Amino acid sequence: MKPAPFEYLDPRTKEEVFQLLDELGEDAKLLAGGQSLLPIMNFRLARPSHLIDINRIPGLDYIREENGHMAIGAMTRERAIEISGVIKEKIPILSEAARHIAFLPIRNKGTIGGSIAHADPSAELCLMIKLLGAQIRVESSQGSRWMDADDFFQTYLTTVLEPNEMITEIQIPIPPKETVYSFNTFSRRHGDFAIVSVAILLQMGRDGLCEKAKIALGSVNPTPIRAHGAEDLLVGRKMSGKLMDEVSILTEEACDPDSDIHASAENKREMVRVFTGRGLREAFKRYEESRR
Amino acid sequence: MIGQRAIKLYVNGDMVEATVEPRKLLSDFLRDDVGLSGVHIGCEHGHCGACTVLVNGELVRSCLTLAVQVDGCHIVTIEGLAKDGKLHPVQESFYENYGAQCGFCTPGQVLTSYALLKENPNPTEEEIREAISGHLCRCTGYYSIVESVKAAAEKMREQNL
Amino acid sequence: MVNENRQSRWVGRYFPAKEILRYVRGRGEYIDDVRLPNMWHAADLRSPYAHARVRHVDASEALKLEGVKGVLLGKELPEICEPFPAAGVSNQVKFYSMAVDKVRYMGEPVATVVAKNRYIAEDALDLIHVDYEPLPVVVDQEKALEKGAPILHEALGTNLINHRVLHWGDVDKAFEEADAVVEDRFLFHSYSGIPVENFGVVARYDPGEDFLTLWSNFVGPFSLYYLMVMALKMPENKIRFIVPRDIGGSFGIKCGIFVDVVRMGLAAKKLGCAVKWIQDRHDHMVGGGRHSGRISYVKMAATKEGIIKGIDETWYEDVGAYMRAPEPACMYRPFGNYVGGYTFRNHRVDAHAVAVNKLETSPYRGYGCHLVYFNHERILDMLSRKLEIDPVEIRLRNLIDHDQFPYETPSGAIYDSGDYKACLKKAVELFGYEKMREMQKKAKAEGRYVGIGVAVGVDPSVSNMAYITVAFTPEERAQAGYLPKSGGGETAFVKVDPSGTITVSMGTCQSGQSHETTIAQVVADEFGVSPDKVTVIDQMDTATHPFCISTGSYSSRFASVGTSAAVLAARKVKDKMIRIAAHVLEASLEDIVVADGKFFVKGAPEVSLTMKRVAGTAHWNPGTLPSGTDVGLSAQETFNLESAKAISKDDRVNSSNTYGFMVDMAAVEVDPETGKVDILKYATVHDVGTVLNPKFLEGQIYGSIAQSIGGVFYEDYKYDENGQMVAASLADYLCPTAKEVPKKLEIGHVETPSPITVLGSKGGAESSNEVCPAALANAVEDALIPLNVTIRELPLTPEKVLTLIREAQASRESIS
Repeated sequence: MKPAPFEYLDPRTKEEVFQLLDELGEDAKLLAGGQSLLPIMNFRLARPSHLIDINRIPGLDYIREENGHMAIGAMTRERAIEISGVIKEKIPILSEAARHIAFLPIRNKGTIGGSIAHADPSAELCLMIKLLGAQIRVESSQGSRWMDADDFFQTYLTTVLEPNEMITEIQIPIPPKETVYSFNTFSRRHGDFAIVSVAILLQMGRDGLCEKAKIALGSVNPTPIRAHGAEDLLVGRKMSGKLMDEVSILTEEACDPDSDIHASAENKREMVRVFTGRGLREAFKRYEESRR
Repeated sequence: MIGQRAIKLYVNGDMVEATVEPRKLLSDFLRDDVGLSGVHIGCEHGHCGACTVLVNGELVRSCLTLAVQVDGCHIVTIEGLAKDGKLHPVQESFYENYGAQCGFCTPGQVLTSYALLKENPNPTEEEIREAISGHLCRCTGYYSIVESVKAAAEKMREQNL
Repeated sequence: MVNENRQSRWVGRYFPAKEILRYVRGRGEYIDDVRLPNMWHAADLRSPYAHARVRHVDASEALKLEGVKGVLLGKELPEICEPFPAAGVSNQVKFYSMAVDKVRYMGEPVATVVAKNRYIAEDALDLIHVDYEPLPVVVDQEKALEKGAPILHEALGTNLINHRVLHWGDVDKAFEEADAVVEDRFLFHSYSGIPVENFGVVARYDPGEDFLTLWSNFVGPFSLYYLMVMALKMPENKIRFIVPRDIGGSFGIKCGIFVDVVRMGLAAKKLGCAVKWIQDRHDHMVGGGRHSGRISYVKMAATKEGIIKGIDETWYEDVGAYMRAPEPACMYRPFGNYVGGYTFRNHRVDAHAVAVNKLETSPYRGYGCHLVYFNHERILDMLSRKLEIDPVEIRLRNLIDHDQFPYETPSGAIYDSGDYKACLKKAVELFGYEKMREMQKKAKAEGRYVGIGVAVGVDPSVSNMAYITVAFTPEERAQAGYLPKSGGGETAFVKVDPSGTITVSMGTCQSGQSHETTIAQVVADEFGVSPDKVTVIDQMDTATHPFCISTGSYSSRFASVGTSAAVLAARKVKDKMIRIAAHVLEASLEDIVVADGKFFVKGAPEVSLTMKRVAGTAHWNPGTLPSGTDVGLSAQETFNLESAKAISKDDRVNSSNTYGFMVDMAAVEVDPETGKVDILKYATVHDVGTVLNPKFLEGQIYGSIAQSIGGVFYEDYKYDENGQMVAASLADYLCPTAKEVPKKLEIGHVETPSPITVLGSKGGAESSNEVCPAALANAVEDALIPLNVTIRELPLTPEKVLTLIREAQASRESIS
């Protein structure tokens, strides 16, 4: 289980990367954390002719709060996101999701940019990007552009990134202070890829009515998705067990999962319902506790 | 022909210079080029944890790292944990508490426990289990490993390490 | 002789495992650490098809690749080696270490490349072109016996590769007279040991001497070594087989390496060099080995009091594409202990071993027992429900009484010692059975699904080689040319060095059982020294280490026969030292006392000789010794049990030699929305005879329960209908992590020493693996009684549990 041969390039500036990407095109792969890429290269399921290591490019590893959003450099390690004090405080769901990524040594190397470029629909950070409505900064020799998370993922393991482009930053809007959340992932074992994951943000009004709701689902479509129908049903309503059950049923409709050896499509749909129900209760409980 | 690359790094404090093929995995480099057979290979896809080493103080799967990537880095393997022939308290605790049976997953378990206790000197059982959950052990059911880490924590606190 | 003068007894005490001192330094010596000059690296080209004819293999491009030393093709094999023999299998089935003209499972090797390193070897695999003609595939053992099913071995004409009907007592009569009959169909899936260290072989051929040296992390039995010798077609003394000092886990499954050893031996011979082959994880998953799976039809007859009168069962065993020795022993290893701890005498087993397009099977921890006990303990729970007798009570009514030992079972086992009822009672206490039942009631009132399961079993250890021949019918065994087999011995070598230190050499090939320290403890006791002072090398070398056919680390035999051999060898040396001491001290033999590593004269503690002095005399100054005393101090002993006899004409055999017992109890809670099962409490009580080192034993029990939790809930050697192995990585074959096992296991012991081993010890390393699956399945079913669920198959994945709940509810609704 050894990788096929490749040329290794380790540029020191973004500009060099862009130049290499222009020259090499689709045969080249960017090497960020490598925690998804190297396993598939070891299995020889990926055989890039060139590997462009972007770990030595300065200035891509940071977490900064600025103007109501969190700016995260593309090469920021998953572990850094997990333990960042400012993220814990401002976007706690993000640190909780990061904690669920595989195992510590994987998180020590895996990066946020690498994870979303890999676009695995079961990846925690892809789900977070979708849930939180992040903006993704993409650069190339042609310049830079900002992409909305909603437009970024195309299908399973595929994004709109051009072969010559590189993600450099992710900007995540900081949810209003009163937002409550829940993050649930259902997997066969600890650290495994999620069979389903459900991430929920609720903004409750003073009147106890739900003002805003976001529900994102992972692993149940070719890309992470939002369950808009379910979200709409919550808005303007008072939380009740009955409502939460109705909303959960609606999330099932948002899914179009594939069967795999760990769970059938029907089971995944069902688990989305179950964990949406549980997640709503958990988030609502946080809200009630915050009022005490 | 794929170009070889010269690298220079520090392994357990010793400087190592070598020329490697870019595709050479760090796990193979440490075993075959540096001669550190305590780096064990169990899966080469990041799931078993046997090949875990410290790169610049951080736990890393050496099977998911290229040797060329650690140019200039400081690496600690299981061979580098004992100082002047004296076992580190984590190693001692694994010995005293029967924290190993076949010994194959042990290097990874010990290094992870060492890193955990450096960061968190007083971990709960849950935190210990969380930390070692990235290491498969088929012999112990993990019980004696958890006990070993608990004992090591106590030992290190006593010794102010 | 003076054996009882022990000042300190190490047996029965925890002494830290000395092996760990090297493991924590990264100084273990495993197969991948064997490095030789002129050593090349091998990789196998494996079939992507489960069943296909190999029309043509073209390796010319691979041979041109720089760094490639050579290629061995499967089609060369009939010319250069013999197929492997296996008991009870028609010689129409030719089993080689590679596919010759047909592949019969996904992952079967077709070619082996030898190159400068593994990277280049794998590059070369990409350059070998194989022209396959895909054939229809069958993976289900029942379907494989249907008319028109694809046939794996055309020359045999059927996929029924071994068949025995075994009958003791009168089963039909038992059913005629029964008050109650329960029956069901069970499916026990295939799972495996999955050691963290994969298989490995180093083979070095010296063309000048026509000599082959082989290294492998093989654990025995060394009976399989003879299959390697036969297959390689070389004189036995032209082969030297060495097992490294450390093996990174086996759990039985590394018995199967002998196939790969032969392939690498052939490659080394063909290329005239040293070849190293270390499986990668994918190789291991598709080509290593796995325990068989079984479909069973089980019927139990009983009185209304719940006394079992008979069991009638039919098995369809999935043994994979070939019969890899010692298979079909997956069906026959528990032969003598088929009845477990119960007193019933009427039993019929209709055993079918079926070839299917999957990887061959090999022994795995519990070998065959977990499948038998799953059937019996599940069906017994059904009976207990039917008769409304508590599951613990119904077991107590059926267990053999302590005064019935030694107990001879219908199929010929002689249970050496035990107190099964005491074990069960102790488990009831340890588990807090009554309290847990109360808790269950409370939980039920709260709408929770909590269940309690119990399972018991006799744990056979020290296989008697005779059981292999069960695969032959009595008629076959009556024919000329059949050679009976028996035995279960082990050999040890002990020497006291000229300076008085003690060194022991064993060939039991430890793979995580801390043999070195255990032997140090038992030998230390003989000389009254600390185990620190005893060096133990437990490493096979067939050229220099004494061993017997049955040698090895399997069937939990080390604790019984391994330690027995070491103690006897130590005593032999000690007796000689006593003779020397008596001579030097001018005392009578009876008056010499051995303690604290010294030889004293009884009643005169001031008169003594040190070990060093006595050893010095034996080695440096033998001229002063009484005539007839040979020079030096060493002894080799083989301990064999008289109970290991060949099979009788009427199919009765003492298939193992020592028999332990265990009771496992589990409380679980099922989440009815997700199907996930939580283990709330787990207790286990073991009788392994004399406990040698309690912590080592606990380690084995912990490990076996963790693996069984894996087998019951997570691990599945799964093939799809096309014969594709779909769990071929550790991301898909799910071994439990530290988060999947319960935080606490309660362990209790009952010690009824074996009367037939030197220290009274029996095996204990497989133990809970044999009953834990049944205990957990019983617990899950118990939890789901309110939902009318019956557990008939494993693994109990969340989705499977949910499906069972759904189906039970649907059938209940359709009834009402």
